[in-house]
Amino acid sequence: MKINLASIFVNDQAKGLEFYTTKLGFEKKNDVPMGEFSWLTVVSPEARDGVELVLEPANHPAVGPFREALVADGIPFTSFAVEDVQAEYERLVGLGVVFTQPPTVMGPVTTAVLDDTCGNLIQIAAMNETSGA
Amino acid sequence: MPLTGKQSLALMVGVEELLKALADPTRAVILDELVEHTGQTLFEICNRLSSRHGINPSRQAISQHLQVLEAAGLVRSERSGRYKFHYVDTSPLAGIFERWPPGPTRPEP
Repeated sequence: MKINLASIFVNDQAKGLEFYTTKLGFEKKNDVPMGEFSWLTVVSPEARDGVELVLEPANHPAVGPFREALVADGIPFTSFAVEDVQAEYERLVGLGVVFTQPPTVMGPVTTAVLDDTCGNLIQIAAMNETSGA
Repeated sequence: MPLTGKQSLALMVGVEELLKALADPTRAVILDELVEHTGQTLFEICNRLSSRHGINPSRQAISQHLQVLEAAGLVRSERSGRYKFHYVDTSPLAGIFERWPPGPTRPEP
């Protein structure tokens, strides 16, 4: 058994695809029309055969209150690995992306939290360089 | 003294609540972290306590600590769109020195 998909709810699939490709830099992998919605996935250009992120419709009534509560408390829905959190933060702020937490050293990792404009907060994280390791 | 009597009384009541709010190590650390960077979500506060101080109470417990700090006027929480941020305000601390001015008090000549 292995993990090949991870899902995230997006308010609007077209808007979600736009954000996850043009801002975060992922690539569209699957876009299979299924009635009102599509089976829509993106991958990282650093791992095109890696885990696919499914951009799921957020139309189930339970999704709204669940995500609103997470967002109010600043809790990210998931986390992506980056090389350099500060550089990625500056790049994304330049593209108009809003952060609820600027790059902050949290013990062994540095993290920042951004708004994906589709109803989620997303954490970006990198391990800190350890001296002498 | 007569001029400021009423205002001082209000401050005196506040000072006790203020000292109670400060007399908890977790709440003191929350203030330290908010002074370093004001305007944090509950998530960021919890992560800072856990990763920097090894303090791992439940999110709900931290939320309650924030309510105590807020009641003492040391923390203000503000909704900004869909997010809620917590800001530090140390101005009530002036009430402590107002009641007990710093430095030795000289005897009346």
